[in-house]
Amino acid sequence: MGSPVIEVKQLHTSFMTDDGEIPVVSGIDFHVNPGEVLGIVGESGCGKSVTSLSVMGLVPSPNGRVKGEILFKGENLASASEKRMRQIRGNEIAMIFQEPMTSLNPVFTIGEQLTESLRIHRKWNKKQAMARAVEMLKLVGLPRAEELVKEYPHQLSGGMRQRVMIAMAMICDPTLLIADEPTTALDVTIQAQILELMKKLNKETDTAIMMITHDLGVVAEMCERIVVMYAGKIVEEGDVKTIFQNPKHPYTVGLIQSVPDMREKKERLYSIPGNVPKPGSIQQGCHFAPRCAHAMAQCLEETPALKSFDNGQQVRCWLYEDGKGAAANDTAIG
Amino acid sequence: MTQPLVKVENLKKHFPIKGGLLGKQVGAVKAVDGVSFFINKGETLGLVGESGCGKSTTGRMLLRLLEPSDGKIYFEGQDITELSTGEMRKMRREMQMVFQDPFASLNPRHTVEKILEEPLIVHGVKDKAERKRRVKELLEVVGLNSWHAKRYPHQFSGGQRQRIGIARALAVNPKLIIADEPVSALDVSIQSQVLNLLQDLQKEFDLTYLFIAHDLGVVRHISDRVGVMYLGNIVELADSEELYDEPMHPYTQALLSAVPIPDVEHKKDRVILQGDVPSPSNPPKGCPFHTRCPQAFDTCATVKPVLQEAKPGHYVACHLYE
Repeated sequence: MGSPVIEVKQLHTSFMTDDGEIPVVSGIDFHVNPGEVLGIVGESGCGKSVTSLSVMGLVPSPNGRVKGEILFKGENLASASEKRMRQIRGNEIAMIFQEPMTSLNPVFTIGEQLTESLRIHRKWNKKQAMARAVEMLKLVGLPRAEELVKEYPHQLSGGMRQRVMIAMAMICDPTLLIADEPTTALDVTIQAQILELMKKLNKETDTAIMMITHDLGVVAEMCERIVVMYAGKIVEEGDVKTIFQNPKHPYTVGLIQSVPDMREKKERLYSIPGNVPKPGSIQQGCHFAPRCAHAMAQCLEETPALKSFDNGQQVRCWLYEDGKGAAANDTAIG
Repeated sequence: MTQPLVKVENLKKHFPIKGGLLGKQVGAVKAVDGVSFFINKGETLGLVGESGCGKSTTGRMLLRLLEPSDGKIYFEGQDITELSTGEMRKMRREMQMVFQDPFASLNPRHTVEKILEEPLIVHGVKDKAERKRRVKELLEVVGLNSWHAKRYPHQFSGGQRQRIGIARALAVNPKLIIADEPVSALDVSIQSQVLNLLQDLQKEFDLTYLFIAHDLGVVRHISDRVGVMYLGNIVELADSEELYDEPMHPYTQALLSAVPIPDVEHKKDRVILQGDVPSPSNPPKGCPFHTRCPQAFDTCATVKPVLQEAKPGHYVACHLYE
């Protein structure tokens, strides 16, 4: 499989506010293998988008602080200069955002926006770059690509704009593509088209994808491995099959059971009591303890470490420290 | 069967498009183009469809927050499209709405108490002590505490705000609640709390729901019957079990197959639709879905199919079943 495309070690991202320093991501480790699709799942406020911004070096300064190592091809991006980051962004690491409406510039044509990165990173001339842009638009399945490059974003529908975003991200053949909720703003039938396209591109170009989403259905469909985040920490990690069939952390178990299943009707949905905590409000212990049905005295005081299992699954929970583990899975439904 | 609580006949909403020098009407956006359905007392009717299909417009017309262009709405046998504004306001005591955005639908400058009191004042509860007592009761019913009454909306989380929105709708003891995407702005773990609350309240107060949403899983969970809308028309309407297990309309089939299922073992037979939903200002002739339908034939392009009972209780608007 080779060495990972990107390896994040002990990433801490915090923001300075009037109330002091608020940690949003507190010490996460993960990696993405070449050609792999990694899913980062969690609810709003869990730090998943801030993680992606940290990797891209887009955390706003001076209020944002990024600590830790982000190793991309052996180079630590966390300490790279802004000039170096500009060479990497859009060239070797590309990003797709959630809102296809706001992430395209309304006053430039599709063609101008698509060719920008080629002209900057590859120093291609206009004609060469435009030919490649047309080729890319055809690759992402857009009709009449030759005319489309002369049109403006407002002339396209939401699904078409997201295809343009994908074309723009893929145009320099990036090694890693970060997709932050790429289909959340789209209707299901359009979402199905976009997911299909991303799967196809992943297979054909071997670009690794880091997929950030709150939708467990999208994850089950797209990803090979999943990282589950809660309140700035990774609570569970493993391959997609293990996580869905044998989730270990009480949060993962609860999350999976909270989703109404379209295939059968349950009498009553399982729900996790309480709310997602505000970043920085929990100082010690397991971040999930206040909402957890299995919380013990120890959970409120000490932060559990990530424990690894033989199948590669990792869980951050005291229940699994000394083998009393099976409990979470059996009783959560009650 | 007794008389349904709500009966809608051929309801239409056409928004005019003004243009030219004199601002003459040059066209119309056919947001809702002739829908008919009924809701029985105590049941939940789900309305699903993609953005722009007219599901929210339909919901708003039932309350006459938007005036219908054509068609009839019967509430307990009475035609409410004929009522004057004043009469309609009284009528809204029986029918209330829960909105999608818990951030935008509560006045940020009012305390929760004031927000919940307002419908009581409008609907003539004159005694102040009585109103305060009712506010406390409402907060407890939706799972909040009575000491929350003095707080402002920004002090609550999204899920709690949606509970306040529900409490406001319940304040006047309505018979019908129209819930327009009530959980789509919420996180999964909070969404299930609110869905459970809605189900509990329905049992407790014998409520009838019109539940509008785009999330097919949520709609199946909460609805007894489901209607699928496409481009201003109901294309299929049936019991939820039946609709999800044996969808008949090609659009329903494609829509259901497009939903990603959170289960890795799930084998899918996906129908991927080509292209986008056509513009409602210039809908296709014939069947509105024929431009994207994988099973379309000649008749589909010329004749608009009507909603017919294909099986007992299962209505579909498609030439394949005629």
